[in-house]
Amino acid sequence: MSPHLRKQLVVVGHGMVGHRFVQAAIERGLTETYDIIVLGEEPRPAYDRVALTSYFEVGAEALSFLPDGVYEDPRVRLHLGAEAVGLDTEQQAILLADGETLRYDELVLATGAAPFVPPVPGNELGNVFVYRTIEDLEAIREASRGARAGAVIGGGLLGLEAANALHQLGVQTHVVEMAPRLMAVQVDDAGGATLQRHITDLGLTVHTGVVTEQITGTDTVTGLRFKGAEEPVDLDLVIFSAGIRPRDLLAREAGLEVAERGGVLVDEQCRSSSAHIWAIGECAAPGGRMYGLVAPGYAMAEVVVDTLLGGAAGSFTGADMSTKLKLLGVDVASFGDAFATTPDSLELVFSDAVAGVYKKLVVAENAAGGVELLGGILVGDASAYGVLRPMVGSGIALPDNPEELILPASRGGVEVGLPDDAQVCSCNNVTKAEIVAAVADDGSCDSPACVTKCTQAGATCGSCKTTVKKIVEDHFASVGKSVDRSLCSHFQVTRAELFEVIAIHGYTRFDDIIAAHGRGRGCDICKPAIASILASLLNHHVLDGANRTLQDTNDAYLANIQKNGTYSVVPRIPGGEVTPDKLIVIGEVARDFGLYTKITGGQRIDLFGARLEDLPVIWKRLVDAGFESGHAYGKSLRTVKSCVGSTWCRYGVQDSVGLAIELELRYRGLRSPHKLKGGVSGCARECAEARSKDFGVIATEKGWNLYVAGNGGATPAHAQLLAGDLDTPTLIRYLDRFLMYYIRTADRLQRTAPWVASLDGGLDRVREVVVDDVLGLGSELEEAMSKHVDSYFDEWKATVEDPAKLERFVSFVNAPGTPDPHISFRDERGQIAPAASEGPVTLVELGASIPVGSPR
Amino acid sequence: MTPATSATTSAMTVVCPLARIEVEGGVAALVDGDAVAVFRTFEDEVYALSNYDPFSKASVLSRGIVGTRTIDGVDVPFVASPMHKQAFDLRTGRCLDEEAVTVTTYDVHVVDGQVVVGRRRESGAG
Ligand SMILES: Cc1cc2nc3c(=O)[nH]c(=O)nc-3n(C[C@H](O)[C@H](O)[C@H](O)COP(=O)(O)OP(=O)(O)OC[C@H]3O[C@@H](n4cnc5c(N)ncnc54)[C@H](O)[C@@H]3O)c2cc1C
Ligand code: SF4
Repeated sequence: MSPHLRKQLVVVGHGMVGHRFVQAAIERGLTETYDIIVLGEEPRPAYDRVALTSYFEVGAEALSFLPDGVYEDPRVRLHLGAEAVGLDTEQQAILLADGETLRYDELVLATGAAPFVPPVPGNELGNVFVYRTIEDLEAIREASRGARAGAVIGGGLLGLEAANALHQLGVQTHVVEMAPRLMAVQVDDAGGATLQRHITDLGLTVHTGVVTEQITGTDTVTGLRFKGAEEPVDLDLVIFSAGIRPRDLLAREAGLEVAERGGVLVDEQCRSSSAHIWAIGECAAPGGRMYGLVAPGYAMAEVVVDTLLGGAAGSFTGADMSTKLKLLGVDVASFGDAFATTPDSLELVFSDAVAGVYKKLVVAENAAGGVELLGGILVGDASAYGVLRPMVGSGIALPDNPEELILPASRGGVEVGLPDDAQVCSCNNVTKAEIVAAVADDGSCDSPACVTKCTQAGATCGSCKTTVKKIVEDHFASVGKSVDRSLCSHFQVTRAELFEVIAIHGYTRFDDIIAAHGRGRGCDICKPAIASILASLLNHHVLDGANRTLQDTNDAYLANIQKNGTYSVVPRIPGGEVTPDKLIVIGEVARDFGLYTKITGGQRIDLFGARLEDLPVIWKRLVDAGFESGHAYGKSLRTVKSCVGSTWCRYGVQDSVGLAIELELRYRGLRSPHKLKGGVSGCARECAEARSKDFGVIATEKGWNLYVAGNGGATPAHAQLLAGDLDTPTLIRYLDRFLMYYIRTADRLQRTAPWVASLDGGLDRVREVVVDDVLGLGSELEEAMSKHVDSYFDEWKATVEDPAKLERFVSFVNAPGTPDPHISFRDERGQIAPAASEGPVTLVELGASIPVGSPR
Repeated sequence: MTPATSATTSAMTVVCPLARIEVEGGVAALVDGDAVAVFRTFEDEVYALSNYDPFSKASVLSRGIVGTRTIDGVDVPFVASPMHKQAFDLRTGRCLDEEAVTVTTYDVHVVDGQVVVGRRRESGAG
C-alpha cells in the first residue's frame, strides 16, 4: 500500500488520556486505517499522574505507562519533547516548536490542563512551584533540601497531595486555603473540620479563610503575607495548587470554540467546532464543562476511537465525580450528591470527634417507597466507600436501617447485593457483571489480582479493590468453588495458619504435627514447609534428629544440587568484602578438588562439581580458614549486596559496606518461606541495585531509606519505600519486624513482593504493622529476631564436627570408597562441566558387593 | 565402567544395618555394579529402586523425600525426586505423575537387622 493511501491521525499530548487513546486505537484496530503520530511535550512518555506523589518512593520508571517509549504497533510513532505551537485548520496542519509542520487527516487534542497560578505579587520568585509533572516534583525535592518551612496555596484535593509530599520531604508545611474549610468541593463543613484536625495532629499548620496578599523575598521566597496579618509567615518555598486551567491555547488561537470557563468546546462525541478536530481529557469541555479527573478523560478517549471506527458510536454525557483517596494517611471520600442538593433529600450523619471519623449519607425516598442512596461523604474511615458508591443511581433500596452502613460496628460488614450493572470501578468503567464474567469464563482467571489485570477494575486509583475482591470471593462461594488455600493434601491449612499452630503448641517434631493436624505421612511439599517453620522457630540444626528427613534437596546436604547430582559450595562473604588471603583459600580449595568456579550475582564465589562425599572435606578446609556456610542452599537469607560506599567512593554519604556486613551477619541462617536477599547502597546512585532486593537500604544525607519487597527473577518488582531517613538502630528494628512478619504470614515459597501484594492494604498494611505497630506485635517480632540472632551457629562447622551427621555424606553406604560412576565431566573453557548421560551407569569390576546366599 | 546391560546376577548383597537408614529416608548402595536406592518407610518397610532418575538423568533418587500419597483411598508410599519432584511409587517404581515412566525395582529384605538387596525385578524399564 502506498503511504498516502493511509490516513494520518495526529495526537497532541502524550499524557494519561492521550496514551489511553492510542492504546484503544491499537486494540480496536484503528491503526488498520490510520498511521498515528503522537506529539508529547514532556521529555518522557506518558506516566501515571494520579500517582504522582508516589514518585519519591517508586521513581519514574514505576510510574511510566510506556517505559521503552515505543508502542508495539509500528504504525504508531511517538515524538517526545515535541511541542505543538500552531494549528492551521485550512491546511489541516500542525506546526511544531522546531519549525516542522505535520499534516493531519484527523487531529486529537489531548493537551491536558495546567496549574493555575493566581496573580499574587511575588509569584515569579525563585522557589515558587506548581505540582503537575515529574520535573515539578524534582524541583521541589531539590529546593526542600535546605528548606525549613514551606506553604501550599490551595487546600483542595491536589493541594493536600502536595502538602503530603512536602511533609514527607521533612519540610514544616503550611496549607493555605481561601475557603472556610479544606477540600471545599468534596466535603461539607463538618467533614472539612474533621479532616483539618487529622492534618493538624500530624504537625502541619492549616490556615483556612485567609487570603494571600504577597509572597515576600528578593530572589527567592522568604515568606507569605496574609491579608490583615502584620507579620509574614517565614518560609523557603511555595507550591501553588489553586486549581487547573485547560490547555486550550492551540484551539483558541485557531479560532475553535472554547467554553466560557476554558476548554475546547466539544459535543457528545468529543467533536470540536472545526471539522476533523477532536478534544479529549482535561483540555476538553464536553457541553461546556471540563472534568479534572482521569476517568472521564478515559471515557472520552474511547468515544473518539468508537466514532472514528465508524461503528455504533458511544457518547460522553457526563461523569461520576466521586473521589476516594488517602491524604496524609487520612481516608477521604465523597460521592454522588454529597451536598444534598436534591430536593427532599435527607442527611444521615455519624460523627466521632475523638476517633476523628465523620460520615454522612444523603438519601431520599424513591417512587417505590424505599429509601435510595444519593451520595455521601466519608472522612477518617472510608472503608464503606466500595459498597456505597456503586449503590448510587443503581436503584437498590437501602436496608431498613441505612445508618448501619456507616456505623463503625458494621465496617464493610453489611451485606448489600449490588445489581449486575452497578459500576464498581469508576476509573475504568467496569461493572459487577464484567467482573463476574471474567472469573466465570473459562477458569483461567481465578483471583482478584487477575481480575484487575484482565478487566482493569482497580488498576487506576485502587479504591474499589476490596469490593472487587469481595465480588470474586462471593462468586466462588456461590458456585461452590472454595478457593483452596490448603498447603497440600496432608494439611488443610495455609502455611501462615500452620505457623501459628506450631508456635502455639510448641511442637518440635513433624510426627506430632502431622498426627495432630494432618493426615498420611506427608510429602515433598509439607515436609520442607514444616522443616522451614521449625527452623525459623527453633533455629536448631536442620540435620538434627527426625527432622533431617523433612529437609528439601539442598538443605538435606547443606549444598546446592546440580544437574548431574553433584553439588555447589558457597562460603559466606558478608557484604562481598573478602581479604586476599581468604580469596586464595577459596582458589586453593577449588583447584585441589577440581571445582568449576564462578562469581555469583550476590557478590560471592560458587564452587561447582563437588561430589557428595567430598563436601565434608571441602568444608573442613573452608571452616578452618574462617569461612562459614553461605546458606546458598536454604530458603533463608542469602546475601546483603553492597556498593563500596563512603569509605572509597567520592559520592558516598554512608558506609554501605559496614551496614551490609552488619545486616548479613545479623540475619544469616534465618530460615524463611523463600530465599531472602538484601542490598545496601551508599548514595542515591544505587550501585548495589538494592531496590531489586527483598530489603534494600539506600543511604541519605540524614541516614537510611528502607525499601522492601523488591524481587528479581521471572516477575521482577522494585522494592518500595517503607520508611525514610532512619538511624541505624531504627532501621534494624523495622527490618527485624518486617522479616519476622513475613516469615510468620507468607505462603510457602512466596517471595516478599507477592506477599506484600497479597496483603489487604498491601504496602500500607506492612507500614501499619512494622512502623506504626498497629497490631502491637512490634516487640514480639523483635524478640523473635533477637532469639534468632543469639542462637545462630554455623551449621557446616557443626556438621564437620559431628560424626553422626557425616555418616550420610557417602557415595554408597556399602562402598564409601567408590565414587559414583555415573558422574563424569568434560572440559569447557578450561574448567570442568557436567558430561551428559543417557541411562544409568553400571560399575563393571564389582567393588564391595558381598554375595550372600543363593538366588530365590 | 560401561552403560548398563542386562547384568542380572544371582547374588544377594548386604547393604547396611537397617538402623543406618533413617525412618522415611534413603541410602544409595552399590549392588552388582548398579546404583540402588534403598528406602525405609514410617512402618519400617524397606524398598529398593534404581537410584537413577529418568527425568533428570542423574543418579539421585536415594536423596529424595519419602512420604505418602492417597490414591483410590490407599496411602501409597513414594519418593519425590530431589531434582524436579516427580513422585515414584516405592512398591512398583511407577511414576505417579507420568504413567509411562517406571524405574527398576529390586527385591529387598531385612535379615537379622541387615538390609539385603536381591535381584532386579524384570518389569521395570531402566
Ligand atoms: C498530583 C495529582 C493527583 C491527581 N490525583 C487524581 C486522582 O486521584 N483521581 C483522578 O481521577 N485524577 C487525579 N488527577 C488528575 C489526573 O492526573 C488528570 O485528570 C489526567 O492526567 C488528565 O489526563 P490528560 O491526558 O487530559 O492530561 P495530562 O496527563 O496532563 O497530559 C497532557 C499532556 O499533554 C502535553 N501537552 C500539552 N500541550 C502540548 C502541546 N502543545 N504539544 C505537545 N504536548 C502537549 C502535556 O505536557 C502533557 O504531557 C491528579 C493530578 C495530579 C497532578
Ligand atoms: S551507590 Fe553511591 S556510594 Fe555507592 S558506589 Fe554508587 S555512587 Fe558510590
